[in-house]
Amino acid sequence: MTTVASRKNVKVLSDNGALAGLLVLVVALSLLAPSFLTTQNLLNVGVQAAVVAVLAFGSTFVIVSGGIDLSVGSVAALSAMVGAWSSAEAGLPGPVALLLGLGTGVVAGLVNGALVSYGKLPAFIATLAMLSVARGLTLVVSQGSPTTTPDVVSFLGSNLTPYLPVPLLVMLVFFGITGFVLSRTYSGRAMYAIGGNEEAARLSGIDVRRQKLVIYALSGLFAAVAGMLLAGRLSSAGPQAAVGYELDAIAAVVIGGASLSGGVGRATGTLVGALVLAVLRNGLNQLQVSPFWQQVVIGAVIALAVLLDTLRRRTR
Amino acid sequence: MLLEARNIGKSFTGVRALDGVDFDVRPGEVHVLLGENGAGKSTLVKVLAGVHAPDTGTVERRGSLAVIHQELTLVPQLSVAENLFLGRPPRRFGIVDKARMREDAKALLDRVGLDVDPTTPVQDLGIAGQQMVEIARALSLNAQLLVLDEPTAVLTDTETDRLLDIMSELRAQGVGLVFITHHLDEIRRVADRITVLRDGRSVGTLPGTATVEHMIELMVGRTIDEQYPRRRTEPGEVLFKVEGLTRRGAFHDVSFHVRAGEVVGVAGLVGAGRTEVVRAAFGVDPYDSGTVEVAGRQVPRHDVQAAVRAGLGLVPEDRKGQGLVLTSTVADNLGLVTMKASTRAGLVDRRGQRERAAGMAKSLRVKASGLGQQVRELSGGNQQKVVIGKWLLADPRVLVLDEPTRGVDVGAKVEIYELVNRMTAAGRAVVLVSSDLPEVIGMSDRVVVMAHGRVAGELPGGTTQDKVMALAVQEFPA
Repeated sequence: MTTVASRKNVKVLSDNGALAGLLVLVVALSLLAPSFLTTQNLLNVGVQAAVVAVLAFGSTFVIVSGGIDLSVGSVAALSAMVGAWSSAEAGLPGPVALLLGLGTGVVAGLVNGALVSYGKLPAFIATLAMLSVARGLTLVVSQGSPTTTPDVVSFLGSNLTPYLPVPLLVMLVFFGITGFVLSRTYSGRAMYAIGGNEEAARLSGIDVRRQKLVIYALSGLFAAVAGMLLAGRLSSAGPQAAVGYELDAIAAVVIGGASLSGGVGRATGTLVGALVLAVLRNGLNQLQVSPFWQQVVIGAVIALAVLLDTLRRRTR
Repeated sequence: MLLEARNIGKSFTGVRALDGVDFDVRPGEVHVLLGENGAGKSTLVKVLAGVHAPDTGTVERRGSLAVIHQELTLVPQLSVAENLFLGRPPRRFGIVDKARMREDAKALLDRVGLDVDPTTPVQDLGIAGQQMVEIARALSLNAQLLVLDEPTAVLTDTETDRLLDIMSELRAQGVGLVFITHHLDEIRRVADRITVLRDGRSVGTLPGTATVEHMIELMVGRTIDEQYPRRRTEPGEVLFKVEGLTRRGAFHDVSFHVRAGEVVGVAGLVGAGRTEVVRAAFGVDPYDSGTVEVAGRQVPRHDVQAAVRAGLGLVPEDRKGQGLVLTSTVADNLGLVTMKASTRAGLVDRRGQRERAAGMAKSLRVKASGLGQQVRELSGGNQQKVVIGKWLLADPRVLVLDEPTRGVDVGAKVEIYELVNRMTAAGRAVVLVSSDLPEVIGMSDRVVVMAHGRVAGELPGGTTQDKVMALAVQEFPA
């Protein structure tokens, strides 16, 4: 019985570990930077977190299942570009262009999944290749210059009312979807089994290969949505959009308590992880820390978060 | 004496692994250590090598000792010479002296009769050559005592011949060798003395000229009693049929069948191909030819999901590596096989899954703090109950149990046997693969004995261990 109690404590602590860190950050920044704790700024933080959060939700599926997806930044850019191009250059109606963009993300994810499951490539290699291919295709489609997005995409980056930014809403909706997929769906439960022990999952009759297709396709779809959010905020899809975002997404998942060796991870953790990164960036800007130093601080925070997590696990 | 161990006792968490064992090795002799799986051979080797400290008794050693395990410890990509001098290459002015390394390596390889270029990458050698390199490395460390732990299990007959020759050669050079093997014919060829372990005790030391019958008698010599509460049921129709199953290099023309209500044991030495056959039948690995049928319908080859749909279940031998998702809870593990069936429109009926898991955990008496406890925290016996439980929930027509009681304490063992009885009473068929002879004899209605990837014969349940062993050590013409 003592083990139950201590396990529950550990669970609460682990969720609150990242959450406690987030609260400490918020309190500290409120004291140091007077303009931090204003409604407008907090909404900004939410908007800034949205793109990375949606990418990270997709990466949560992949990481829980024991894989990795390095291509999400490039796939986000490509999807947004395909959407913008379809409307601005090909003259398709906005909603159709949006669907084409989202479909692009799914296709890129399916290719990743097929390479990993049927091609037996390590996920790192397959998605590294996709990172390059998708970025290259973005440049090909755009001819290297930004393209205007259709209204429906721009809407994703706008405010419904002064106090209701659409990106924030999208982030919360996808947070809900992620939690639902992970806890209620067959694919979600299979992710934990595959990530925890792929061989045991296979020997229990789970179609590991098909589930991997689903997992990477979901990651691609989420990347496409994140790409639309990013393009919508600028009303323009850029060929160099979201470069390096895959690393932020992975960082958010890991700060949120997921294990890169698979089998562990939750939607709430990832949301908190993405918020930690966004609060940190925003706060450092408010404090007028140079962008050069910001990178140093963010790197240190990632290392610290995972280090604390490892120490916690070891003392168990 | 190179080595003298007296009155060695060793327990692990209350289980007595060794009890008052005496063992010694003279220079220039081959001393065979013989016993069933779990008799305490590995533990004794670890005590001799200083890996485990004995609870009682003393080990006196003159000269250094090296253990050659079945799993090799070489770096496959490095050359033979680099492996021989791993971590201590000959140096000149701080730089590795490659010329000298090659010469020294050549001299060592000559000692073990391995004729290869020292610059060959170890991975190009094959398993036998790699073993020789490992032995040469031990010699280069001036080992006067070599422990060979089932080295021939992975070798072909010709390779085995060469290894036995080299062992004789080393013996002539004054090296003391401890040789562990299950192949009694090999023992007759090289042994000077044979010490037999049974249940952690030394039951006798025989001269190398001892007969095979004598060895087997000492090795098993245990009576079967109510440790094995098999309740027989009248066998029904054939539920499981394996016909002519063959995979080149692994198993050949394996046929057997199991009727409803029947337990068929599969016995044999480690490496006889038992696990390979059941894994192939269950669709985990492919096979070249043959058929697998469940209740008269053929099961597609190399397709686990089809096997599960057909009503097959497999409790694999490697519980942690293949049976359990250690990062998940008791409930999630119990629900692994039935998850698909309780999914509607992509959504898992988690409440139903939890209820069924709770019922199963209760009926199996899984000792856990709750369904939410991670399985990694359970004892071996309780983990095994979870693996069996996930299959019982799916109610397969045929359940294959591969070493179901390995590392399981006595109480949980009997509970697992009762589960087997429950399945057969319900008209299911059970295949019991086990290296535990008393278990496989005591719990099976028939015993199929495998040797060298073939079915060596079939015996009725309650047969004697001598008869099983006689079939298990049978040699087939190559």
